[in-house]
Amino acid sequence: MSTTVSQLDKVKDGPWNGGKSPWNLEYGKIMMWFFLVSDAFTFSAFLIYYGAQKFAQPTWIDADKVFQSIPGIAESGQPLVFVGIMTFILIMSSVTMVLAVEAGHRNAKNEVVKWMLWTILGGLLFVGCQAIEWTHLHHQGFWFGRNPATGLEGDVAIADALRPYFTNDISYTAALQFSNLFFTITGFHGFHVSIGILLNIIILSMTLKGTFERRGTYLMVEKVGLYWHFVDLVWVFVFTFFYLI
Amino acid sequence: MANHDHIATHDAHAHEDGMDKKRIWSVFFILLALTALEFLIALGFVHHWGILQKGTFVNVIYIILTLVKAFYIVAFFMHLKFEKSSFIVCCAIVFIFIIYFIALMLIEGDFLLGAFQSHPLYPNK
Repeated sequence: MSTTVSQLDKVKDGPWNGGKSPWNLEYGKIMMWFFLVSDAFTFSAFLIYYGAQKFAQPTWIDADKVFQSIPGIAESGQPLVFVGIMTFILIMSSVTMVLAVEAGHRNAKNEVVKWMLWTILGGLLFVGCQAIEWTHLHHQGFWFGRNPATGLEGDVAIADALRPYFTNDISYTAALQFSNLFFTITGFHGFHVSIGILLNIIILSMTLKGTFERRGTYLMVEKVGLYWHFVDLVWVFVFTFFYLI
Repeated sequence: MANHDHIATHDAHAHEDGMDKKRIWSVFFILLALTALEFLIALGFVHHWGILQKGTFVNVIYIILTLVKAFYIVAFFMHLKFEKSSFIVCCAIVFIFIIYFIALMLIEGDFLLGAFQSHPLYPNK
């Protein structure tokens, strides 16, 4: 490169005038952030719609009565325990992901591999738990466009079918909206987790092949890490709005 | 390409000051403690002992705890705290629209709640 500075290039010396990276971030990482911001909008819209529905309905389902089983241990009477385990798994896999990123900064290939494996395991466990939860609800009669009273005739039969899930007044519409929104939102989140697992596996195989070692930087681990933390972040909100409130 | 490499190495160096193993685990324990607090309120205070009732008060506590957790994930796990301030503002400022959307949808929901119950339907014959 020539060392003489032309008159035109001389103007470009401020941080936003070109010739410099004002955010000091690599392009792909900025784009990952922008994608995540837009994805956050999608999830926000879903969750805000859920909140608005809950607010607009005169009565709503009691989450403690819908989610109260621990598969293989207790059939009922244990609200929040199973979802607590799921939350712990996801936070834990987020931690192993940061540890992988941290190992990447030190160019420690074997440690990156180790922590990526743990992260993938955490993701698979989470999706597995999600599948068990969905199956359980499906057996109870909840599904897209369906609640346990769907297909029943008469007010008494409908109220009886829905009584176990309500503390206050019983509403067919509220149960249906809950069912639709639960499967849509946790489904969309589960889809994100699945994509994340796929990305993690790709990154792991690239690490094993030594691609990042040759490149001299483990920046890709960081970018996929951002996505993985975002999935964890969304779960924090889903957990609050579906299970706690 | 040279520029890319320069940014990448500089980036890696900058983060080494930001997040070491000790810091990662301390953030993890903060997140764990906040989640445990949510469980203590939901299972303990509300479900088993009945000291608190489900309602606005506990919901506000849950939402505050959730936002604190979100802050720790975004700021430390996603390193946003250690980025340039202009980038932080760039990513964060758009959420003003989300706050506005929440307000709009709550107003809408409140209206529907009243309207569905107080506005009668007339047979179309």
